Amino acid sequence: MRLLIKGGYLIDPTVGENAGRDLLIEKGRVAAVLKPGEDAPEDAQVFDATGLVVAPGFIDMHVHLREPGQEYKETIETGARAAVAGGWTSVCAMPNTDPVNDNPAVTRFIIEQAERAHLANVFPIGAITKASGGAELAEMGEMKRAGIVAVSDDGRPVPSSGMMRRAMEYARGFDLVVVDHCEERSLVAGGVMHEGRMSLILGLRGMPAAAEEIDAIRDCLLAELTGARVHLAHVSTRGAIEAVRRAKHKGLDVTCEVAPHHWALTDEVVEGYDTNTKMNPPLRSREHVYAVLEGLRDGTIDAIATDHAPHHADEKALEYDHAPFGVTGLETGVALALDRLVHEGVIGLERLVELCSVNPARIFRLADRGTLKQGAIGDVTILDPDLSWTFDAAKSKSRSRNTPFDGWQFRGAVVATIVAGRIVYEHPELKQIRERNEANKREEIEAKR
Amino acid sequence: MSTNFNRKDLLGIRELSPAEITHILDTAESFRDVSRREIKKVPTLRGRTVINLFFEASTRTRTSFEIAAKRLSADAINISASSSSVTKGETLLDTARNLEAMAPDCIVIRHNCAGAPHQLARICRAGIVNAGDGSHEHPTQALLDALTIREHKGGIEGLKVAIIGDILHSRVARSNIHLLTALGASVSVAGPGTLVPKDFTELVEKGLRVERRIEDAIEGADVVMILRIQRERQTSAFFPSMREYAVHYGLHLEHLTLASQDAIVMHPGPMNRGIEISSEVADGSRSLILDQVSNGVAVRMAILYLLAGGGRAGGDVDDTTKRIGE
Ligand SMILES: [Zn+2]
Ligand SMILES: [Zn+2]
Repeated sequence: MRLLIKGGYLIDPTVGENAGRDLLIEKGRVAAVLKPGEDAPEDAQVFDATGLVVAPGFIDMHVHLREPGQEYKETIETGARAAVAGGWTSVCAMPNTDPVNDNPAVTRFIIEQAERAHLANVFPIGAITKASGGAELAEMGEMKRAGIVAVSDDGRPVPSSGMMRRAMEYARGFDLVVVDHCEERSLVAGGVMHEGRMSLILGLRGMPAAAEEIDAIRDCLLAELTGARVHLAHVSTRGAIEAVRRAKHKGLDVTCEVAPHHWALTDEVVEGYDTNTKMNPPLRSREHVYAVLEGLRDGTIDAIATDHAPHHADEKALEYDHAPFGVTGLETGVALALDRLVHEGVIGLERLVELCSVNPARIFRLADRGTLKQGAIGDVTILDPDLSWTFDAAKSKSRSRNTPFDGWQFRGAVVATIVAGRIVYEHPELKQIRERNEANKREEIEAKR
Repeated sequence: MSTNFNRKDLLGIRELSPAEITHILDTAESFRDVSRREIKKVPTLRGRTVINLFFEASTRTRTSFEIAAKRLSADAINISASSSSVTKGETLLDTARNLEAMAPDCIVIRHNCAGAPHQLARICRAGIVNAGDGSHEHPTQALLDALTIREHKGGIEGLKVAIIGDILHSRVARSNIHLLTALGASVSVAGPGTLVPKDFTELVEKGLRVERRIEDAIEGADVVMILRIQRERQTSAFFPSMREYAVHYGLHLEHLTLASQDAIVMHPGPMNRGIEISSEVADGSRSLILDQVSNGVAVRMAILYLLAGGGRAGGDVDDTTKRIGE
């Protein structure tokens, strides 16, 4: 079982490697990084990556796979299939399933289902409190032993600062990072979109930026008080990003992620009341989107995570007030990063790999991932940064279709996804793409970096 | 005439141009004349079907649309639906698809959720008339208010209008603000800080004055619009008591001394006498509250006429009204 990824352009910030390199994967791990023309075993299966970017496998720190309990929206298998089609070799599953992943039995079930699907790696995230009810700590130690990589009450954030402090102190004992969905709920009661000019125009109840910012600031203060590792999920406001920036200056172990819809869309698209523009945190106004872009540029934001949140079409067919929060995102996230961030000059490809692979692996302590050093696990994401394509939600691998990006055109695509040396996704037009890329693609990438 | 309005739906005032608004008002004026004749019925929409789909009880608005449809000779069907579609297990869009099977020309919808008419408009062939959606818009109310103002003031441009009360939750206020500023009036709003957020200044591009005290909004006003306080909503959360509201934000006779000499007072009804408006004002000579009701029918006739085929088929309202004399 040998795979030789040949002729690609390797981008791996962990070794400072940005050059034409061949990658040999043996028994699921990186056996060698070879200079072009260096000898490779002849019996290896060859993946021709000429003109393509080869990166350590992308890790989505924040998805909702809905299994157990809501298999009509998504299963671990369909979610994993969407993940690899979107270039994610690993996804981290939030615990708000039914039952909630607040004990080792649920954790083990998720891991077993993922093994059965045999597509992307699925790393469960455990609940902070039992049933994410905010009252009693969940069995973090037992869940850690069963395989969780972090704890979070995403979707039902811990309202009490006192409870959050205990959770951070306790999680620290197991070296678990606490992931918080920042939302001071008394400020958003009944809210369905960002509060501002658009919510006033549309007559929809608003969720002020301050609701996210208050909790973000609280969490940073508690990180200082407890010494815990804290990761803020899907930051979307200027104030939350500012809080993380200050915490980092102080030397606290605070990190954060951003979801693609929060840089690709503003609250202006809510006009028309398409429920596929309803998510939590909500789409924000332009000034907050600028703050997100600035955070991506200056390094304050550590990771890109999709917050993939599938919902059934019947649920999204309700009135804007009644439709559930959330959009799918696994198959569009990387393309939105290439198109809107790399091609717009916000970040380079190397930084993209940090955001999608290196940093998520570091924050969740995923050993031997987020890198293609010799000996690392052979998870690889292969991109064509220039391929133009159109996303058709009807062809999505997810069980749900609730995306605001149906019909969007992108420049930049995932062309193959490799998990432990096994090709789990190939772009259907890979052959034509290769032919098109024969010509001097390498120079172009060099220039873009 | 029909070339000035080529929309499938009337969802809000915000997206209308000043020319479109004026065209609707002119059309409504012709129909108002019809309503004042002995034979009030015209054959314009004979054979057409108008469905009144009301998810929120409102006898006044529904009756007004029903009379408007009947005066145009359309078949009017009233459907009261439960607004809690979640518990009913049927989505708004299911309801719409069922109605489409009846092939209506127009669906008039009242819903407690903002945007419900827009969602309907996307999937229905029928023209959709927004008869009030949550806190978003109530375009026909603003149009009838404008018709009333025009009747008494000769026009809208240059007028100073004060809107008092619960601006935050009011679809009437939003539609009026869009309409009045589009036609060149200057608008001030006032009410308790909890119901008049400071960001309201940005609602329209031309700007809007948000006043802390109602006296400052009324100062020099040509038109004072009073909004209804919804008791069930506001009591605990937004202000301490009805008594305090009545004292600080209710419209009293002495307030009118601040307004321009021939200022008029309007209220979309139904009124809470002694709370947002004192009886002396409501029943006084400045009050146009009953005119508003009769203008409602004319505006709704104009809208149904423009959407349900009369206008789009090229039939002219003047021809129509002439034919009645025959
Ligand atoms: Zn969340
Ligand atoms: Zn989430």
